[in-house]
Amino acid sequence: MALDMVAQRCILPFRRLLKRKGDPFQMCWPRIDPLFSFTLKVIALGVFAFLALIAFFLFYSAWPAILRFGWEFLRTSTWDPVKEIFGALPVIYGTVISSLFAVAIAAPLSVGIALFLNELSPRKIATPIGFLVEMLAAIPSVVYGLWGIFVLAPWLGDVVQPFLGKWLGALPLFQGPPYGVGMLAAIIILAIMITPTISSISKEVFQAIPRSDREAALALGATRWEMMKLSVLGRARAGIFGAVILGLGRALGETMAVTMVIGNRSEISASLFAPGQTMASVIANEYAEATSDLHVAALAEIGLVLFGVTFLINAIARLIIWKVAQVKVTR
Amino acid sequence: MITFSEIAAQGYTKRKFKNRLMCLLFFVAALVALTPLFSIMGYVFIKGVGSINWSFLTQLPAPVGESGGGMANALVGTCVLIVLASIIGMTSGLATGIYLSEYGRGKLATIIRFSADMLSSVPSIVIGLFVYILIVRPMQSFSALAGGVALGVIMIPTIARSAEELLKLVPASVREAGLALGLPRWKVTIWIVLKGSLSGIITGVMLAIARVAGETAPLLFTALGNRFWSWNLTQPIGSLPVQIFTYSISPFEEWHRQAWAGALVLVLLVFSINLGARFVFRPQISRD
Amino acid sequence: MKNFICSLIVVAGTILTVATQASVMLNGAGATCPYPLYDKWFSDYRKVDPETQINYQSIGSGGGIRQFLEKTVDFGATDAPMTKDQMDKATSPVVHIPTVLGAVVVTYNLADVKKGLKLTPELIADIFLGKLTKWNDPKIKTLNPSAKLADESIIVVHRSDGSGTSAIFTDYLSKVSSEWQQKVGSGTSVNWPIGLGGKGNEGVSGQVKQKKGSIGYVELIYAEKNDLPYAAVKNESGSFVLPSLKSVTAAAQGSLASMPADFRTSITNAQGKESYPISGFTYLLVYQSMPNAEKAAKLVKFLKWAMRDGQKAAPSLSYSPLPEELVKKVEAKIDSIETKKVN
Repeated sequence: MALDMVAQRCILPFRRLLKRKGDPFQMCWPRIDPLFSFTLKVIALGVFAFLALIAFFLFYSAWPAILRFGWEFLRTSTWDPVKEIFGALPVIYGTVISSLFAVAIAAPLSVGIALFLNELSPRKIATPIGFLVEMLAAIPSVVYGLWGIFVLAPWLGDVVQPFLGKWLGALPLFQGPPYGVGMLAAIIILAIMITPTISSISKEVFQAIPRSDREAALALGATRWEMMKLSVLGRARAGIFGAVILGLGRALGETMAVTMVIGNRSEISASLFAPGQTMASVIANEYAEATSDLHVAALAEIGLVLFGVTFLINAIARLIIWKVAQVKVTR
Repeated sequence: MITFSEIAAQGYTKRKFKNRLMCLLFFVAALVALTPLFSIMGYVFIKGVGSINWSFLTQLPAPVGESGGGMANALVGTCVLIVLASIIGMTSGLATGIYLSEYGRGKLATIIRFSADMLSSVPSIVIGLFVYILIVRPMQSFSALAGGVALGVIMIPTIARSAEELLKLVPASVREAGLALGLPRWKVTIWIVLKGSLSGIITGVMLAIARVAGETAPLLFTALGNRFWSWNLTQPIGSLPVQIFTYSISPFEEWHRQAWAGALVLVLLVFSINLGARFVFRPQISRD
Repeated sequence: MKNFICSLIVVAGTILTVATQASVMLNGAGATCPYPLYDKWFSDYRKVDPETQINYQSIGSGGGIRQFLEKTVDFGATDAPMTKDQMDKATSPVVHIPTVLGAVVVTYNLADVKKGLKLTPELIADIFLGKLTKWNDPKIKTLNPSAKLADESIIVVHRSDGSGTSAIFTDYLSKVSSEWQQKVGSGTSVNWPIGLGGKGNEGVSGQVKQKKGSIGYVELIYAEKNDLPYAAVKNESGSFVLPSLKSVTAAAQGSLASMPADFRTSITNAQGKESYPISGFTYLLVYQSMPNAEKAAKLVKFLKWAMRDGQKAAPSLSYSPLPEELVKKVEAKIDSIETKKVN
């Protein structure tokens, strides 16, 4: 309420001012309208300019590395700052693996939540739970990281990883010493972080489906789950897919929380227990550290690749969501 | 695609059982998602609350080995950065939003809308890298200004898109009424359309602020950090998230303690902005 | 509302008073290892000279050199002196100011050997090259006849990020092992032949603490803080020396004779019976002539303070103070920094 008062106090005087000057203004400058819309247009074009500038500057700083390594940069896995040989494969691998596993965990979870909130629970329960899930998205990533270092990683190292190693140790995924920090910790943190994104968009997609569809299914004698399967999930498939891809895009670029728990070692390892490195975390770790020009350029190239990949992924996701569900995605 | 005949072929008990099972699963999914929330909030609160006192909020950090000290500089630094970011984010974001909703037609508007969406999905570390190249290197100094720009760029698309959605909710008849009274279009836009959805727009701005208040990655190479008070916008400045990050990866117990306290303050700050935006201005947003 | 405005005015008032107090802000960035000490120095120094604020951010030695070269900071800090190439990139002459000494210790986790493990340079190199894989290898056994060494795999832990600690350690290994020099070389971040990576000194000490049979290298203070055992290393004169404040200062003393005029030297594998061989200086990087004369004057004043009063604070944080003779040389160097505007 207080803010409303502030807003009124700030705006009222201006309005009076304008009222007084309004008419002469209009007479002196009948062309203020085109000027107004032109200014807006220029600023709005600035958004496009920013995007183009980001791409240009990254490309510009990455140029020495692109020139030196070409496509080998993306295919080789040596990252040796002393000999100035840079291959981004382990970093790309780490990014892809951590994001894909995170999405694999988060997607069913989020769709389940969205179904629970939208189809099953009464409003009294759905509102607070939906709100709490959205609060997950509001927690700053550095706080996730802090929790990851001091709570999640020790728990994984002491309890979860020995357990997984004992029962599923035959799989290469769960081999190796339990450190706590590493790929698994990063995957779990990412999964938690993208769950609200996927679930809130899925929920909006479900809401866009007309009520009559559900009623029709129920009237035919379908159980609730069958109703969800037939009239909700079936029709929302593309929308859910878009939501999941959007979540993937978010996971790819997440930096702080991942940097704090992933262990930071550029190596391709089949085990989820092993430390890894993602594109975002290698920039956060090394960009301020790098001394040689080529090292800096290599990191900028990783930034460029990351930018390109997230751009593509998000473009796909938005196109799907725009087209299929006509859902607003402003987050 | 599953058809009804296939489903009906299964026995009724089986169907009922499956129904129960799935409903239970969805309920469990919601619980599973909330567990980390409670765990994080619980730890942040329990570990942080003991270390928050007056000196934590008003004093500069103490060096290692000395107890006491606080994060006042980081707290103020975060506020300074938010103000700087809001100036950039609001002017540019609002103008873009108004343009898209009031004037935006055709290809150009689609491109801008798409760019805004894409800009919002650029990883924040990449924005940091961009601002480092754009501002820090030419200015030859890490600065609060650079940090503000980085956060501001992140705010622009969020504000622009939420403003656009809200302005579009204003019925065309309202605009027409204003125009019929002989008002020029810019006046109609500002004093009727914009004012009418003001509280909704403030909500959007506050949500954007809540988002950038906790950002760390774009500040690493821009605002850098500062252990002292800093009022010069061309100098490095401290911020809560960066301070928490530095403290949490340090080996000192005392600093870990302060990192938790800082996290509590940060979470409270972000949540109160977020909740304020949602509840104070909620009646006006009719998004469903 | 009124209360709010009142408190705003109060806050603004304090802000202004604080703002007017600090007239000069010096910015520095770099090495993480001496960060605790620098942090203490800069906060203590405010009491000595309230008009100078020195803001230091620990972003790593490599970062210190780069930001210093790009002139985004007033001074840099590094554990490894700048190389010839890096010096050439600088637009004006660079002065290295050694501040304190740090030791890199070889730490390990063995159930039955709580202390007193002895290692020779050759053994350390072989272990980190991956040539020695078992703790009960005869080579280790003959050196430590009384230690109970089991048939356990050696797990090597190293730094994953660029660091001055790695620079000192790999510099040492390159000096004592030609094979290491050829295969790996020295630097702030190298391509390790084997092992697990840990981020920062704390990452390595954390992993060593957790894993039985592991061996790693960290700054002395981290081993002490984490109660990790560390090995006595055979030095140039053939005696086994444990890292300590004294043995590190002795190493600096031992290399005084060969100290070049710009202090850019490595004191690993130093001469002298009591010298601990894996230690090094940590430096501040300053331009001979800074663009801002006022800042230069303030910085010189601080550096002189650091050479005298500052040194006294070092031992309490496990850093070895510089030998007295060196302090005098460094002070002479500090005097050569231009504090007046040249043109």
